[in-house]
Amino acid sequence: MLNLYTKRRLTNAIGLSISVAAMAFGLFWLCWILWTLLDHGLPAMTPAVFAKMTPPPGSSGGLLNAIYGSIAMTMGGTLIGTPIGIMAGTYLAEFGQRGWLSPLTRFINDILLSAPSIVIGLFIYEIYVVRLKHFSGWAGTLALAIIVIPIVIRTTENMLRLVPSSLREAAAALGAPQWKIINFVTLRAARAGIITGVMLAIARISGETAPLLFTALNNQFWNKDMSQPMANLPVVIFQFAMSPYEDWQKLAWAGALLITFSVLTLNILARTLFRQGNSTH
Amino acid sequence: MNATTPHRIVVKDLNFYYGKFRALKDINLDIADKKVTAFIGPSGCGKSTLLRTFNRMYQLYPNQTATGSIMLDGDNILDRNQDLNKLRAKVGMVFQKPTPFPMSIYDNIAFGVKLYHNLSRNDMDERVEWALKKAALWVEVKDKLKQSGMGLSGGQQQRLCIARAIAVKPQVLLLDEPTSALDPISTAHIEKLIDELKEDFTIVIVTHNMQQAARVSDYTAYMYMGDLVEFGETSSVFTNPKRKETEDYITGRFG
Amino acid sequence: MFLHEARLKRQSLLDSLFRNLTRLAAIGVLLLLASILFSLVMGSMPAIHAFGFGFLKSADWDPVNDKFGALIPIIGTLVTSGIALLIAIPVSFGIALFLTELSPRALRRPLGVAIELLAGIPSIIYGMWGLFVFAPLFADHVEPWISDHIGALPYVGPFFVGPPMGIGMLTASIILAIMVIPFISSVMRDVFDVVPAMLKESAYGLGSTTWEVVMKVVLPYTKVGVAGGIMLGLGRALGETMAVTFVIGNAHELSKSLLNPGNSISSALANEFTEAVGELYTSSLIELGLILFFITFVVLSIARFMLYRLGKREGKAS
Repeated sequence: MLNLYTKRRLTNAIGLSISVAAMAFGLFWLCWILWTLLDHGLPAMTPAVFAKMTPPPGSSGGLLNAIYGSIAMTMGGTLIGTPIGIMAGTYLAEFGQRGWLSPLTRFINDILLSAPSIVIGLFIYEIYVVRLKHFSGWAGTLALAIIVIPIVIRTTENMLRLVPSSLREAAAALGAPQWKIINFVTLRAARAGIITGVMLAIARISGETAPLLFTALNNQFWNKDMSQPMANLPVVIFQFAMSPYEDWQKLAWAGALLITFSVLTLNILARTLFRQGNSTH
Repeated sequence: MNATTPHRIVVKDLNFYYGKFRALKDINLDIADKKVTAFIGPSGCGKSTLLRTFNRMYQLYPNQTATGSIMLDGDNILDRNQDLNKLRAKVGMVFQKPTPFPMSIYDNIAFGVKLYHNLSRNDMDERVEWALKKAALWVEVKDKLKQSGMGLSGGQQQRLCIARAIAVKPQVLLLDEPTSALDPISTAHIEKLIDELKEDFTIVIVTHNMQQAARVSDYTAYMYMGDLVEFGETSSVFTNPKRKETEDYITGRFG
Repeated sequence: MFLHEARLKRQSLLDSLFRNLTRLAAIGVLLLLASILFSLVMGSMPAIHAFGFGFLKSADWDPVNDKFGALIPIIGTLVTSGIALLIAIPVSFGIALFLTELSPRALRRPLGVAIELLAGIPSIIYGMWGLFVFAPLFADHVEPWISDHIGALPYVGPFFVGPPMGIGMLTASIILAIMVIPFISSVMRDVFDVVPAMLKESAYGLGSTTWEVVMKVVLPYTKVGVAGGIMLGLGRALGETMAVTFVIGNAHELSKSLLNPGNSISSALANEFTEAVGELYTSSLIELGLILFFITFVVLSIARFMLYRLGKREGKAS
């Protein structure tokens, strides 16, 4: 029989090796997916991707209208969602000690945070698209805004809670009214964290496909009118990738590479910014 | 206590509750004008709690209540109708850890002043300089007023907070263990500063460092478990305590 | 000292204005949820009237004859998410353990970021990669083996017999697992980091191995957060759309084998909604969405309530 000590050491070694293997397992998929993207996407990255519109089946073209649509709707969604999110998050962190509203809101918000995005698309379809009888860029923007709001609420609240209460007390001790304390001291102290949250929200919505399927749909042509159906990268990638045409599939890979690297760059930027913002404090 | 000293703050039958827990028990105490009064006692004795009733800082948190009265200039601080912002403009406070706001040194000081005075650019510059000089920080920061207050050392940050508090020209200055997070040299700086500031302000300081209380204060209150055990002139409390508990504490046999 | 009374009054007015503005935004969140529910219920009404509770039990999906049932997509959603969790939980635990206890300091951050990037990759990319790269390899090299070996086992065998097509429920589950690993492991890592260093040091001080410290100190201390992370991952997996849509096969068939194509609620919606003709078809799809929302709502609520209760208990214990 193994003595107890050897047995414990063996268990330890096995457990830790499995942990290392799990880490390798996680990295393996990341590398594989990124490699695939580069492998398929780089050859498809031609100047035409940025210069031409999405083509009809069987002919060549680019993604310009989709890139524009994605940027427009992502920006719109962020601009609408961020202020609402920051305000609600501020309420939860700064005014929410008493009463039923903030625990309930926090709870509902945490659910919306992980709610299936396709349901958000259905919702906008029901209340907006059905009423106006056509798909539109605005509908897509609204769907994205609804995804942004809970993310910004959560980070705003978290970041405000990280602000030491001594800072609030110090401002209050000067006789500052609460709206000034919050706007000029606490929100400012939490700025780096909140900006990080917003950037992560942008990263999240720029890759979202499901909520756009029933809202912005797609548009083969150049379109700057937000009240018309609007092309966007994720939906174009979806349609082109699922199609049997090789030209379309190549464009889908180009779009996939484009979107993934923008999203990952945003992610990394956000994190570095947050670290810098924190280290100067 | 000397009857000729005018009183700035008069505390009567003060009780304080954290929810149901009674943290201060029937406190009666007078704070002398333009003097330094120190609250000492073991941690959890209620000395900070008492200090925080003077500007109703406890009001920021739910379930904290105070009963009794604290008179400041004939006004009851605890009165429901007391305007808190107005009160806090009269009663400044400096905290345990330095709390510079996330803005420039200049704006840190201007922040409080702007709340109550519409000063011209020049007047504001003068006010900032005045406060920084009072807080013995001017020489060190006069060339970097636009830099973030967070870049200063701990001792400088604490003096910045003192400057910020006095820039509003309060009548009373509350110091809640202002040197507990500082090194000995910065502590000496601040103690010297307290001595100078009492010319203009009534100062109440909470400290767990008895030597500090002996060095800087004119009056000392010893508290234990929410009770005010002994209160009197610092020299007599430290050399000739009337109560056995006080003697045990200051001679280090307890706490 | 000149304090203008008017100024003070204006400040308190601004205070209440600001407060109510932020309050309004908070209430907006509640209204948002209410209107999502309301609009989904309204949209489902025709289907609810036509099929009643039978909708949940019926495996029909016949747009030609206007007969619809939710059984297949519901099962597909639950099964793929369940299998995904079975794979993701141990892996996530291993990753969190590695990042908090084992990794050299210098590698801790880059590796942590790498795992979080896995969460940053848009789900449509997982879908494409799954369809074009993973599924063919899986069909050629793994599925035949599964079918031959695991398929021959008693009891579990029938779930693993089938044609090696690459796409299907099992493929969808594996891709879902990869997608939720970063979510679960990042929550686990965060809560592991919360364990007071002194607690761990005292266990090490008694001569415990790293494994023992993790199993007997860290895990019991953090069980709340670990459970929360797992439920969060489940919520994600249930609602995940694009990745699943690419690889699940979109077949409205009930089959025992995980190697066969199936369907999930979200992929049925993604595939059919814009092409659905007729009120009943559209309405049935919306009811599917309602069901999905309901299921994730329940899962996430349970997670929250559990966290809340356990959190309270821990608060008392310490």
